[in-house]
Amino acid sequence: MSMFTSQLATGIPGAFRKLDPRVMWKNPVMFIVEVGAALTTLIAIVQPFLGSGDAAGSVAFTWGIAVWLWLTVLFANLAEAVAEGRGKAQAASLRKTRTSTMAVRVVDYDPAHDPAAERATTTQVASADLRLGDTVVVVAGELVPGDGDIVHGIASVDESAITGESAPVVRESGGDRSAVTGGTRVLSDRIVVRITSKPGETFVDRMIRLVEGASRQKTPNEIALNILLASLSIIFLIVVLTLGPIAGYSDAAPSVAVLVALLVCLIPTTIGALLSAIGIAGMDRLVQHNVLAMSGRAVEAAGDVTTLLMDKTGTITYGNRRASELRSLVGVDNIALRDAAALSSLSDPTPEGKSIVDLAEQQGFRRPSTVDGEIVPFTAQTRMSGIDFADGRQIRKGAGSAVTAWARETGTKGSSLFDELQEQTDAIGELGGTPLVVAVREPGRPAQILGVVYLKDIVKEGIATRFAELRSMGIRTVMVTGDNPLTAKAIAAEAGVDDYLAEATPEDKLALIRREQEGGRLVAMTGDGTNDAPALAQADVGVAMNTGTSAAKEAGNMVDLDSDPTKLIDIVAIGKQLLITRGALTTFSIANDVAKYFAIIPAMFAAVFPGLALLNIMQLHSPASAILSAVIFNALVIVVLIPLALRGVKYRPMSASRILSRNLLVYGLGGVIAPFIGIKLIDLVVSLIPGF
Amino acid sequence: METWLAVAQFATLALAIALIYRPLGDFMAHTFTSAKHLKVERGLYRVVGVAPDSEQSWGAYLRGVLAFSLIGVLLVYLIQRLQAVLPYSLGFPAIPEGLSFNTAVSFVTNTNWQSYSPDVTMGYTVQLIGLAVQNFVSAGVGLAVAIALIRGFSRRSTGTLGNFWVDLTRGTFRVLLPLSFIAAIVLIAGGVIQNFSGFTDVTTLTGGTQSIPGGPVASQEAIKLLGNNGGGFFNVNSAHPFENPTPWTDLFEIVLMLAIPFSLPRTFGTMVGDKRQGYAVLAAMGTIFVVSLAALTTFEIIGAGTGPMAAGGALEGKEQRFGVAASALFGSTSTLTSTGAVNSMHDSFTSLGGMMTMFNMMLGEIAPGGIGAGLYGMLVIAIITVFIAGLLVGRTPEYLGKKIGPREIKLASLYILTTPVLVLLGTALSFAIPAVRADVEGTSIWNPGLHGFSEVLYAFTSAANNNGSAFAGITANTPWFNTALGVAMLLGRFIPIVFVLALAGSLAAQGRIPVTAGTLPTHRPQFVGLLVGVVVIVVALTYFPVLALGPLAEGLQ
Repeated sequence: MSMFTSQLATGIPGAFRKLDPRVMWKNPVMFIVEVGAALTTLIAIVQPFLGSGDAAGSVAFTWGIAVWLWLTVLFANLAEAVAEGRGKAQAASLRKTRTSTMAVRVVDYDPAHDPAAERATTTQVASADLRLGDTVVVVAGELVPGDGDIVHGIASVDESAITGESAPVVRESGGDRSAVTGGTRVLSDRIVVRITSKPGETFVDRMIRLVEGASRQKTPNEIALNILLASLSIIFLIVVLTLGPIAGYSDAAPSVAVLVALLVCLIPTTIGALLSAIGIAGMDRLVQHNVLAMSGRAVEAAGDVTTLLMDKTGTITYGNRRASELRSLVGVDNIALRDAAALSSLSDPTPEGKSIVDLAEQQGFRRPSTVDGEIVPFTAQTRMSGIDFADGRQIRKGAGSAVTAWARETGTKGSSLFDELQEQTDAIGELGGTPLVVAVREPGRPAQILGVVYLKDIVKEGIATRFAELRSMGIRTVMVTGDNPLTAKAIAAEAGVDDYLAEATPEDKLALIRREQEGGRLVAMTGDGTNDAPALAQADVGVAMNTGTSAAKEAGNMVDLDSDPTKLIDIVAIGKQLLITRGALTTFSIANDVAKYFAIIPAMFAAVFPGLALLNIMQLHSPASAILSAVIFNALVIVVLIPLALRGVKYRPMSASRILSRNLLVYGLGGVIAPFIGIKLIDLVVSLIPGF
Repeated sequence: METWLAVAQFATLALAIALIYRPLGDFMAHTFTSAKHLKVERGLYRVVGVAPDSEQSWGAYLRGVLAFSLIGVLLVYLIQRLQAVLPYSLGFPAIPEGLSFNTAVSFVTNTNWQSYSPDVTMGYTVQLIGLAVQNFVSAGVGLAVAIALIRGFSRRSTGTLGNFWVDLTRGTFRVLLPLSFIAAIVLIAGGVIQNFSGFTDVTTLTGGTQSIPGGPVASQEAIKLLGNNGGGFFNVNSAHPFENPTPWTDLFEIVLMLAIPFSLPRTFGTMVGDKRQGYAVLAAMGTIFVVSLAALTTFEIIGAGTGPMAAGGALEGKEQRFGVAASALFGSTSTLTSTGAVNSMHDSFTSLGGMMTMFNMMLGEIAPGGIGAGLYGMLVIAIITVFIAGLLVGRTPEYLGKKIGPREIKLASLYILTTPVLVLLGTALSFAIPAVRADVEGTSIWNPGLHGFSEVLYAFTSAANNNGSAFAGITANTPWFNTALGVAMLLGRFIPIVFVLALAGSLAAQGRIPVTAGTLPTHRPQFVGLLVGVVVIVVALTYFPVLALGPLAEGLQ
C-alpha cells in the first residue's frame, strides 16, 4: 500500500497538468465534469452578490460541490498519471541503453570476398547516424550500436539491459539466432552486423514509446466502449438540461449547482476516469511479463484468440530430450552400457547429459567421487562428446553415424553389429525419440559399441491441465512439429492438445492459419525463425521470441523477451483481463446510479413534493448533505478503484457463463449496493459540518 | 375476486400466445424467405416497376422505406384536405392543415395518435382510403425493417438485405391482410358493427333523440389491433361498444395486439437458424410484459387515491363490462405493443397505474413492442447487452456470430438515444418557451398541477415511441401539439429505422464467428435476465426524474 501511496504522490503534478481542456477533451465524460466544475466555481464566486436561498443554495454548499467536482477530475487524471508513471520508470532505464556510442562502420562491405570485413576500410560514426543497411563491426566489450542481424561471426551477448536476464546468450550468423539488439553488449568474439532499423525506430525506441504509453492507440473495444459511455453521458445531459424547465412548471426548479451535481453523479465517471489507466496498466502487465506488444490491438486480440498454434519443442515438451531407456546390443552387459553412458555424461552440463546420469543412478549406478580423465566436449564437427581417462580408456556418445564412423576408424568391424545398431536407432527414431549411441575403447583396441540411449520427448508436467483450461475457455490448441505423424500423434495424445500438424513446413503453418481464419477463428502463434515470419504476420497474435531473427520480430505483433513459448497462455489471460476490467468497472459505474438517484431526487424535490421524501430510503440528513455526499462518493470511488484498475480484475479460466455470473454478482449487484452504504457513511460525516 | 379474474384472463392469454407462437412465427419466416412470388404480386411489381429478385443494400432498402413513407404522408394529407369534395364524407368539411399534417404523420408512422374525434371529423373515404390503407402498410414497413435486421444477422459477408418492396408486399398481402380478414369475421361474430349506414337517428328510452354513427368498424378494428395501430373508428376507441362489445371480444382484441409481436421472435429464431435465440428474446419480452402487467393490475386493484377509495375501487374511466382487471390488461397490452388503443381512460388510472402505462412506452416499445419495431428495438438492446456482457467475460462481444464493434455500438447507442431525447426535449420545450407554456397551460392542460404535467409527458412519450394512446385529459389539437407531436412521431419512427438498417447492413457484411466454449451463450436464462436488467436500468435511469415530478409525486402524496 505504501508503494501505491508513493505512486499516487508522484502522479499529482501530472494530474494537474492534465487539467488542460485541450487534453481533457479527449475524454468526453471527464470533460463534462471539468466544465461542470468550472461552472459551479463561477457560480460559487458570484453567488454572494446575488443572495442565496435555502441550505442547498448556500454558498458553502456550492463551494463544496465545486471543490469535489475539481477533485473528481483530478482523481481521474491521477489514475492516468499513476498508470503512466509505472511505464516511465521502465522507459528511463531503457533510455540509458540508448546512449550514443561510436560504431565501426564498414565502407563498401563485400559479403562474397570479405565476409568478416577484415580487409575492408572502416570509419567511426556515431550510432545515431547509422542508416538502414549499414554494416558495422562489433568486438568484445563494445555495445551493439543498433538493431541488426549478424552476417558473420559468433559472439556471446549480454542482453540484460533489455531482458533483465543476466546470463549471456549466444548469437551467430545464419539461422534463427542471428538478431542483435542495439544497446546490448558483446562479451566475446567479433561479429559483423547489418543494421536493420532506421534511427529512432529501433527496438528500444519502440519499447520506450510503448511503456510510456505515448504510442498507445485506442483499441476497437475501447473505442466502442467510449462511444457507449459518450451516449450515456448525452442521455444524462439531456435528462439534466430538460429537468430545469420541467421542474419549473411545478415551481421546483433546482439550482444550477444541484443540476451539475446530478449530472456528474449520473454520467459514468467511474469508468470514464479509469478507462485510460486500465489500458495503460494492461500494456504494463504485459511488460512485466517481459512481453512487448507492438499495439494495444494485439493485446485485445489475444483475449479473443480461439486457436493456439504451439511449437512442440519448448512449449509442450521440454526443449531438451531426456534419457528414458538404455538399450544394450546383443551380447553386451546392460551394466556396462549404463556405466559407460553415465561416466561419459558426468561432466556434461546439458540437460540431456544430466538426464542420462539420473537414469543410470535409478538403475543402480554409483557416482564415483573423482573421475580421472579429460572431458571431450560436443562440437558441431564431431557431433560426439565423451571422456578420455588417464588410463587411455575412451568413451564416446553421440549421433549414430558419428559414433559408427569413429568406431570404424578405430578398426571395429562386423556388418551384423552395425545392422543391429541401425535397427535399434531406427526403432527409436520411429517412436519420435533420439537415439544416442555409446561406445567404449580400451587403449590400443578397436572400439566396442555398447548400445543406445533412448532420448525421449518429455511432455511438460501440468501442460495437459493447462490445455484443458484453455479448452474450457473455448480455445483450441494445435501442436506444430517437424516430427513424423506417428510421433506427433503420440505426443499430441499425451499432452492433450486438440489437434496437431506433423512434418510441418512454414507453408503448412501458414495454410493452417489461413484455414482457421476463414472459419472466423482468431489465431495466435509463437515463432522465432525467419521462415516463421509469414505465419507470424498472418496470425492475429504473433509472438516472436526475442532470440529469434529480426524478420520474425518484425513480422509478429508481440515480442517475448524471455523467449518462453508457454507465455502465450499468459498473454491470452492478460488480454481477457483487460476487457473484463473495463466491463466490470462500466457495470459498476452504471449500477451506482441507482443509489445516487435515491440520494439526489428526494433531496431536489421533497421540499415541493413531500411525498417524494419516501424515496429518501437512506435517511440522509438534509438535501444539501445528501447531494454533497453523493458527489463525494462519486469522487472517492475513483481513488478506491485505482488499484483495481491498475492490477486488473482477477481472471480464472472457466466458461463464459460462469465468469459472467461471477462478475455480475460482484460488480453489478455490488455496484448497486456499495453506494447506498458509502453515501450513507459520507452523509454521517457531512452532516456534522455546520450549515449542512 | 379481481385478482383471480386477472390471473384467469392472463392464463387464457398466455395459452393463446403459446398456441400462436410457432405456427405464426414459422409462417412469417417462410413468407419472407420463400423464393416464389404470387401471381398477384408479380402483377403489382410490374405495375410499380420493381424487380422483385434484385437485392438491395441497406442504403437502397432505407431509401425505399423513406420514399414510400413520404408518399404515404403526402397522400393522407391530401385526402384529408380534400375531404369536402370526396364522396362518402358524411358531409364533413376539409380537415385543417395542422391536424391533417399531424394525422398523416400519425398514421404513416404506425402511431395513430388522434388529436381529433374521428366519429365527428373523418368520413368513410378518409377512414378507408387514407387511414385504413396506412394501418396496413405502416405495419408492413415495420415488419419489413425487422426482417431486414434479421437478415443482417443470418447472412454472411454480403452487402444486401433483401428487397424492401417485396418484403412490404408480402408482409401486407400474405400476413396482415388474410389475418385481418379472419379477425374481422370473428369480431363481427362477436358483435362489432360493419356497415356503411352513416348516422342513424333514434329515439331513446327517455324519449330524447340521439344520432348513432355506423360504419365499417370491424374491418378497421381488426387491422387497428393486429397492426398495432390503435387509431379507433370512434373517439373512445375500444371502450365503445360498437368497437368492443363484450369481455370476449376484449380478450380477442388483446390477442390480436400481441399475436404478431410475440411471434416475431420465432421468425427471428427460425431465420437465424437457432430457435433457442428466438425463445430467449421471447422470454425477455414476456418477463417484462408479465412484471409490468402485474404492477399495473396491482396498482389498479389496490386503487390508492382519494377518489377510488371513496368509490370503493379504481373504476373511474373504466367500462363496467370489462372491470378493473380487463382494463389493466388492455392498458398494459396497448402501451407495451405501441398499439395505443384503449378500452378505458389511462388518464383516470391511479397515479402509479398511469405511471406504468407511461413506463411501458418509455421502455421503447419492445416488450413485445409494435409490429416489427418491437423486435428490432429488443435486438438493438440485446446488442448493447451483449457488448457489456462480452467485456465482462473478456471477449470482443459477439451476437449470433457477429462481432459487435465500434460501428455497431455507435448505431445501437444512437438508436437508444433517439426517443428519450425526443420525449424529454418535447416535454421541456412545452414549458421552456414562454408563449408555448402559456398556450399549454391555458388551452391544453385541463388538470393543472402534477396531473397536467403527466398529460404532457404522456403525449410526448406516446408520440416519440409511436404508441398513439393519450392521457385523455389533454387538448392536443393546438398548433404547438399538432406540430411538436407530429415531428416527434416522424423522428421517433424514422431516425431509429435509419440506424437499424445501417446496423443490419454492417452485420450482414460480416462473416460469422464460430461458437466455442468461450462464447457467451445468448439463449440461456442468464442472458435473458441481463437483457431485461439492461432494459429496465437504462429506462429507469433516463426517466426517473421526470416520473418523479409527475405520476410518482402524485402517487406518493
